[in-house]
Amino acid sequence: MDTIFTRGPSLNNRLALALILSLVLMFADHRLDGFKSARVYMNSLMSPLQYLANLPGLMLSESAQQLTSQQQLLTENEKLTSQVLMMSERLQRFTILQQENRELRQLLEAPTKQGMRKMAAELMAVDNNPYSQQVMINKGAIDGVYLSQPVLDDQGIVGQVMEVGTTNSRVLLIADVTHAIPVRSVRTNIRFIASGSGTLNELYLEHVPHSVDIREGEMLMSSGLGSVYPQGYPVAKVTSVVRDESRPFSQIIAQPLARLNRLKYLLLLWPQTTPEDETQPAEPQADDPRTDTEEAN
Amino acid sequence: MLSARHYAIPISILISLVLQIMPLPIQVDMYRPDWVLIVLAYWCMALPNRVNVGVAFITGVALDILMGATLGIHSLALSLSVYVLAANYQRLRNYSVWQQAIIIGLLSALYHLVVYWLEHLLTDIYFQFAYLWPVITSMVLWPWVFWMLRKARRQMRIS
Repeated sequence: MDTIFTRGPSLNNRLALALILSLVLMFADHRLDGFKSARVYMNSLMSPLQYLANLPGLMLSESAQQLTSQQQLLTENEKLTSQVLMMSERLQRFTILQQENRELRQLLEAPTKQGMRKMAAELMAVDNNPYSQQVMINKGAIDGVYLSQPVLDDQGIVGQVMEVGTTNSRVLLIADVTHAIPVRSVRTNIRFIASGSGTLNELYLEHVPHSVDIREGEMLMSSGLGSVYPQGYPVAKVTSVVRDESRPFSQIIAQPLARLNRLKYLLLLWPQTTPEDETQPAEPQADDPRTDTEEAN
Repeated sequence: MLSARHYAIPISILISLVLQIMPLPIQVDMYRPDWVLIVLAYWCMALPNRVNVGVAFITGVALDILMGATLGIHSLALSLSVYVLAANYQRLRNYSVWQQAIIIGLLSALYHLVVYWLEHLLTDIYFQFAYLWPVITSMVLWPWVFWMLRKARRQMRIS
């Protein structure tokens, strides 16, 4: 070990170099968004470590699955069967309603809306970065996942895809501070922007004047503006409305409907944005309306 | 044996990266110690000619990618913390392990504050004292990591 005669640049120079490089990286990544395409390769390069980190949890849940008793399985099976029955009854009405809706829209000469491609994904890991709310899912570019794709769970909108890797991708949750989602009140159809607060169970509705008609317990659904999220999916429920006249806007807090702290299975959507795309797959889907539900399973 | 000798440092850093991103239950998650910082700190104190600012920078970029942070945040914070160690390693080596643990705690606090400060510049997050829990857990963990890595280093005669 030769500590007296150091090779290469001195320690101070190394620090200066590292600091300058870091600052350049930060500027390029945050301001110029210069690593958008390179992130795919970097994520793929790092994904073995991610899988390795995930292994203990995976083994634990596997062994827990092995150890579930027959009684538990039976009760779960019973519950699921009754749930399927309820759901299929709803679905029967839904197909009729969908057809009716399509006919009405055709009468109005409004563009008809068709179902979209869906795919189930599983949660891989929750990021432990306390400054941002993100999760990893086990679907990536080879499954057709694309940037800013909407992600749902069984209750509502979860977030959007933020980085795509080859076999996994990163989802930015709606509760992240850098995220905002255009929503609409179900009762009054008033539009709002719900931005994340940084804590998982709160969203803020920003710049809402005091005169706007909004109440606690009101449901908010995605408005489809901004063309990231498709229209009409549940997003949040208003939990508190504070109208302090000394402030310019009322302070409104909403709670996301998706259970962001208990995510396990997620749904990826491929909303078709342009009407030209909608007309082509309309025919096969009209023949067999159940194709996309099967895909989701 | 030869290969283990040569790859011991990279492998220990990789293990620390895996431990740093390993999913944990949400109740324990905020107490997660700074594995990467501790392992880098040990190697930097033991072999400052092999592990110093450059290795810290590269590890930091890897951590940024793994954590989905803006590139450069953790690399800057890690380089800065490791620089402090590398500049004072001769003095720090003579301290007892418990004194070293206090230094590691201070460094960990510096690391977290730098990361918080950079994140605050880029996005608008607010400071919570929960962000500083890792300082305490890192301090508690340091003696054990120190003894374990020293044992590994002496057994494999890494220099």
